[in-house]
Amino acid sequence: MGWNLIRAWTFLVYMFMFLPVAVVVLLSFNASQFGSFPMTGFSFRWFVELAQNDAILRAFRTSIILGLLTAAISTTLGVLASLALVRYRVPGTNMISTLLIAPILVPEVVLAVALLLFLNFLQINKSFTLLLLGHVIFTLPFVILVVQARLVSIRRDVEEAALSLGASPRQTFFQITLPLMLPAVLAGALFAFTISFDDITGTLFWKPGGVETVPTQIFAMLRNSISPEINALGTVMILMTVGLPLLGLAIARKLSTKSGT
Amino acid sequence: MSSVTLNNIVKRFGNFTAVHRSSLEIAEGAFVTLLGPSGCGKTTNLRMIAGLLDPTEGEILIGGKRVNDVPIHKRNLGLVFQNYALFPHKTVADNVAFGLKYRDVPSSEIPRRVEKALELVQLPHVAHRYPKELSGGQQQRIALARAIVIEPDVLLLDEPLSALDANLREDMRVELKRIQERIGVTTIFVTHDQSEALAMSDEIVVMSEGRVEQVGAPEEVYNTPASEFVANFLGASNIMDARCTKAGAHVTVEAPIFGKLDIPADKAPLIETEGPAKLVVRAEKLLLSTSEAPEGVVSVPATVETVDYQGQAVRYFVRAGDTQLQAINMIDGHPFAEGTNVNIHLRPQDCAALPGQ
Repeated sequence: MGWNLIRAWTFLVYMFMFLPVAVVVLLSFNASQFGSFPMTGFSFRWFVELAQNDAILRAFRTSIILGLLTAAISTTLGVLASLALVRYRVPGTNMISTLLIAPILVPEVVLAVALLLFLNFLQINKSFTLLLLGHVIFTLPFVILVVQARLVSIRRDVEEAALSLGASPRQTFFQITLPLMLPAVLAGALFAFTISFDDITGTLFWKPGGVETVPTQIFAMLRNSISPEINALGTVMILMTVGLPLLGLAIARKLSTKSGT
Repeated sequence: MSSVTLNNIVKRFGNFTAVHRSSLEIAEGAFVTLLGPSGCGKTTNLRMIAGLLDPTEGEILIGGKRVNDVPIHKRNLGLVFQNYALFPHKTVADNVAFGLKYRDVPSSEIPRRVEKALELVQLPHVAHRYPKELSGGQQQRIALARAIVIEPDVLLLDEPLSALDANLREDMRVELKRIQERIGVTTIFVTHDQSEALAMSDEIVVMSEGRVEQVGAPEEVYNTPASEFVANFLGASNIMDARCTKAGAHVTVEAPIFGKLDIPADKAPLIETEGPAKLVVRAEKLLLSTSEAPEGVVSVPATVETVDYQGQAVRYFVRAGDTQLQAINMIDGHPFAEGTNVNIHLRPQDCAALPGQ
């Protein structure tokens, strides 16, 4: 009896969470002009229209470029920072660590406004580079958390063994350390990409005029009307932000079964 | 193959001195064991020789050349760790071949050398497996193969047997010694296990609290400990306050319970003058008996207090007067029961003596 109640409750919670998402996906295939049930027919027309909408395509390109750059920079910096914090005795390790993680503890709006005020103070204008900078600050903690956790589990004596066998510190890093932490590095990069791709709060504050990312584009479109095109765009977004990490996870799992760690 | 010399080495970590000024000479081709309890500085010494730590003072020579400023990857050493430290993402063959890639070995020759090394550790059939598919003992053999395939000048073993089960450990001990003798490489072995040290070494360096307590062949270290620490650490010893009443070619020591004992001078090499001394008697040299002592054997009455049955031997705690002594005897028939009155037999030539404070 009690169990059935819990089951029903769990089911309802999941419905509450995922039904709206499902509705968006479902309606994106609706043939009708108006997003309402019952559906009048199955069609890809909103996706086709999406693919012909210049503003959306431009937003997509911006988002992807921004996401890729954010992932590349965050991952590089994150890996280097993790190495320094875990493998070397840096004075003030704890404080540096806290500072690097801090951006996820601060509410995003606060961070966004703070960076904006700071730039204003320095009399620097908003630009794509600064948007990128904001995204890097915001995604770096995720990369560091993931990579650091992995690095701690890589035994130091494995690296020492490589050194003793004649590999230089650099060769040891590329031959031993990097392959062993690759799953975490990939996971960190994916995190950075999806968070950047998904972000709206910071982006709204930081983006220069005329530049739109996919989330800000949807936001702008919503202000006019609820077009079924948005449903189609939402479906594509869901596919990217859910599908990519799943794909990454699968790759990481495959890599780690091979290396046996 | 090279000799290793430590010259007035000191290692400090902040305020803590891990290794006090010590010097050590390790001959070419020797199997030398650094033995001591954890925290005695043996691993610190090994890591300094390996180049994983820099000595605070002093110099390290390998093959007569100063290597203080030579980084680890240019020292040509074989290093084997307690936890094997195999590369988990590489096959066994790639693990063993790793060191060869950084040496002037033609790539056509690498497979042959890898095969030879795997044969030497008796695991020629696992080349294509990954380390996690091997047992602990097999992994340690691969780690050994990986370290010796590069023909190192010195082989450094950091408690390589400690992670293995007791049975396997004894097999590996014999195996390791066999391989070392076969290739003849200078080997420095770090352990806290006295039986490993006694069984394998040409020479044992006993360390305590960052200081070298004694250097010598296993028999010498065991039979003639140079300090109370060594006497206690290697085997079970009875150490008593005594007085040396005659020094010289024959040393006479007067101890409570046993009275005057004539000890050969080579069993008391550190005693130079008469005065306070310590009598050291190995537990297995005290023989419990109910019969009379033969000629030349000291006999003291005692009572068995505790019996610690160990299979082929028994460890007794006996009380003679107000002194408790430890005796380890082979079992002949039945062990003595607690409370039995016995005689302790001791041959004076089996004792050793140290200067007292």
